[in-house]
Amino acid sequence: MTDDYEHYEAVVVGAGPGGAAAAATLARNGIETLVLERGVDAGSKNVSGGLLYAEESSPYTIDELFPGFRDEASDREVTEHYIHNVAGRDVKTFDLGDLHHHDTEWADSVLRRKMDSWLAREVHEMTRETGGGLLTEVRVNGLLREGAEIVGVTCDELDPIRADVIIAADGVNSELARDAGLMDWEEPEEWFQGVKAVVDMPEGAIEDRFNVDEDEGVAHLFSGDLFRNVRGGGFLYTNDQSLSIGTVFHLDSIADERAEPQQLLDNLLTHPLLADWLGDEYDELEYSAKLVPDSKKVAHPSPYRDRLLLVGDAAGQMQAQGPIIKGMNHAVTAGALAAEAFVDARSRGDTSAAGERYVAKLENEGVMDKLRPTRYKTLGKLGEVGPVASAMNAVTDSALGRAAISALGDRAESLFNSPFLMGMLPDTRMGYVTVPTVIAEELGAPVEGVNTIEPPELDDRIGDLTYDIDEGNPHIELRDNSFAASGTAVTACPVSAKDFGGGCYRDEYVGTNGSEEHVVSLDTQPCVECGTCAVVADTDWTHPRGGKGVEYEQG
Amino acid sequence: MHSVVLTKGVPDFREGQVSFDEDGHLERGKTPTVMNPNDRHALRAALQTKVRNEGSVSLMSMGPPGYMEVLQEGMRDVYADDLYLLSDREMGAADTWATAMTVATGIQKLDDPPDLVFAGFKTADGETGHTGPQTEWCLDMPLLTHVISLDIDEAEETLRAKRLVEGDVEEIETVEAPLPAFVVADPEFEPTYRRADHRLKHKDLRETTRDRADEFGEYLDDDTDLDPTDWDRFTMWNHEALNLDPDYIGLDGSPTIVAGVDPIPKAPSEREATVVDPDDDAAMEGVVEELAPYAGGD
Ligand SMILES: Cc1cc2nc3c(=O)[nH]c(=O)nc-3n(C[C@H](O)[C@H](O)[C@H](O)COP(=O)(O)OP(=O)(O)OC[C@H]3O[C@@H](n4cnc5c(N)ncnc54)[C@H](O)[C@@H]3O)c2cc1C
Ligand code: SF4
Repeated sequence: MTDDYEHYEAVVVGAGPGGAAAAATLARNGIETLVLERGVDAGSKNVSGGLLYAEESSPYTIDELFPGFRDEASDREVTEHYIHNVAGRDVKTFDLGDLHHHDTEWADSVLRRKMDSWLAREVHEMTRETGGGLLTEVRVNGLLREGAEIVGVTCDELDPIRADVIIAADGVNSELARDAGLMDWEEPEEWFQGVKAVVDMPEGAIEDRFNVDEDEGVAHLFSGDLFRNVRGGGFLYTNDQSLSIGTVFHLDSIADERAEPQQLLDNLLTHPLLADWLGDEYDELEYSAKLVPDSKKVAHPSPYRDRLLLVGDAAGQMQAQGPIIKGMNHAVTAGALAAEAFVDARSRGDTSAAGERYVAKLENEGVMDKLRPTRYKTLGKLGEVGPVASAMNAVTDSALGRAAISALGDRAESLFNSPFLMGMLPDTRMGYVTVPTVIAEELGAPVEGVNTIEPPELDDRIGDLTYDIDEGNPHIELRDNSFAASGTAVTACPVSAKDFGGGCYRDEYVGTNGSEEHVVSLDTQPCVECGTCAVVADTDWTHPRGGKGVEYEQG
Repeated sequence: MHSVVLTKGVPDFREGQVSFDEDGHLERGKTPTVMNPNDRHALRAALQTKVRNEGSVSLMSMGPPGYMEVLQEGMRDVYADDLYLLSDREMGAADTWATAMTVATGIQKLDDPPDLVFAGFKTADGETGHTGPQTEWCLDMPLLTHVISLDIDEAEETLRAKRLVEGDVEEIETVEAPLPAFVVADPEFEPTYRRADHRLKHKDLRETTRDRADEFGEYLDDDTDLDPTDWDRFTMWNHEALNLDPDYIGLDGSPTIVAGVDPIPKAPSEREATVVDPDDDAAMEGVVEELAPYAGGD
């Protein structure tokens, strides 16, 4: 009988920025709130690039919800922002300051373990006062139902729990969103894959090499022919004492091109442009990867069912504003709005209205329009093979097109700084690869630096990570091991590679009755839980049980 | 629900910690004392009771004043509330029987009589496994040994336990006993917390008892004038306080006769070794020849 179960007014699943914001808002309003996080510590499962934006137009920012945030949990305030268009050694740099500062109160670089861990301590204190609290190492594995109605959650480590509201802030591979039928993990074009290295910097090096003060930071973005034809780009952000360097690509593009994510990252790390910043000694502290949803396609217009409200990545609320990525801030806003919706509904004596109120708030506060701009719908539909894209590719490849770009000169910079244009950039090679490459060829100059660093091999990267392996209990199972169904994972999995025996996915030829079958095998031991294979392979995919699996120290 | 847990300090047998003299005798003075590892299972069982059924845990030991640090460790790691040390020269060199007598008297002297007494399964130094059951005999409570899981029914004032029965085959049996009862926790004991509020309480206890253990630590510092017996959660009783006759405790009260002690043979400090290349067939044959005489089990 579900009546015998433990009950909390609110259960928040996941202690990332979305969960923290929801829990803080609930607790401030005196709602008895239980927060469940599957990592050994909040942040131990999380990765972001990490520029956290506080938007002027947003009803909630993280430092409003957690007043000590910027002093305690973030790294540097990022005040300068550039994009480098790259063609071979030729580089043309544009200042993205206008785009960066547009609607921005502040933007700080963050490392997720430090940030989420701090938030979790604050959240625990706040929620404890309401009779709840925050527990780590608990994986919520599904929804508790009474008849067909969602009334709570089920967990690996605890008996089922009932709640008046369940806020699913369980990130990109939300098992709750899937269980409720609000999200599937089917289409690669709905996701981005991010891969990242955190690189140690000697004391004073960031200030010297990036020409900034101790508390100031810089953001650099990279696009062009660095990543062959894969659609996406690279980033470099300055933390207190390290750099976050990574890449974010459309997952369908990674899959189609059979690209190896770690190699694409190495292309960036070893480019001469990075030589002066990286110096001679390369000390990689951590290699990590994760998927992110593309809000333009999957931000759920109605992210709730019964008592379940989805926030952040779980609701697909991750905005790529051209090359600038905004996910954490939207998770914070949505988390707080969902909590606010429940508080409102409860004060009117009808907690079942929380979902509807949440949707109305997302609309009224303009969040939905940022996540799914109407103008994108018009242009975005044209897609990679659309006639306009082909025509544009042809133009930029033609002598005339190139001449036009030359003539445009530095005025091209202002186009990159238009949030309006960036918000409707279609997902074609044109924007990510062709135009930047032509810009670099026509307007750029060769970089001088000689990059001598050697990034670690994949097995060293995997070997340096901390894992608590759940022996005999794999969290991913291959449903169809034929190469045709699941082979893409061999290249797209960021800890696997063709001809690499130490990763998760391997391809093999197995002889049966005189014929040879091309199959894949899976060993989840080195899995970093990025979620890629849940989309590109035919798998049964869940997160590992609480506390098990990879433990990031940086994030 | 008040639980008392019995614990003992034992030499830290981990590699690199143990010191032996030239005759192979353990040098207690040079070997650090730590909590008997098996007692942790007893403490965990008591903690589970405290978390699930409310109440408190008292940790009791008999031994020299140095055991205060073992008690502090118990408070820090397994969240004990009150610490008791039964200590004076008259209690020294006690065997298991004299220890049981003393400890049982200590338990009977508590203002708040326990509902449960927990002991670990044998000590890492003596290995007899007698002290727990003998103490129970003095206290005249139901005894449950090899307990691997535990549930208390407060309304019925009963305890239901699963215990491991080792015979030709290992069996698990479920038993029920009225409270107060005496529980010897098996090393397989696994506390379970399947409710969020229990885990939250566990988390609170971790914070509060760690702070409390640190506070006690200030009383134990080498260069402090503070007297540990002044600390409000710590009590030290000598034989007079327990009203025990010295003839019945310590060495004099110990019926056990130690017939002799065999020194542990010392490992030779250096052994001769010959490096053999596995690809060198002639050398490998030599190895086989050397091993051949032992192959028949001689
Ligand atoms: C490489 C990369 C670069 C990025 N760059 C940026 C950037 O620069 N700026 C930006 O704003 N965003 C960036 N993002 C996106 C950003 O990280 C996400 O949008 C953001 O973290 C979403 O927050 P969230 O709270 O919704 O989910 P998450 O931060 O993913 O948190 C989800 C939490 O839920 C927990 N959880 C999951 N499942 C369960 C379960 N079943 N039970 C219990 N707990 C569970 C997880 O352990 C985790 O702690 C980037 C992402 C990547 C991968
Ligand atoms: S096995 Fe799947 S989830 Fe794990 S790292 Fe590889 S692609 Fe990501």
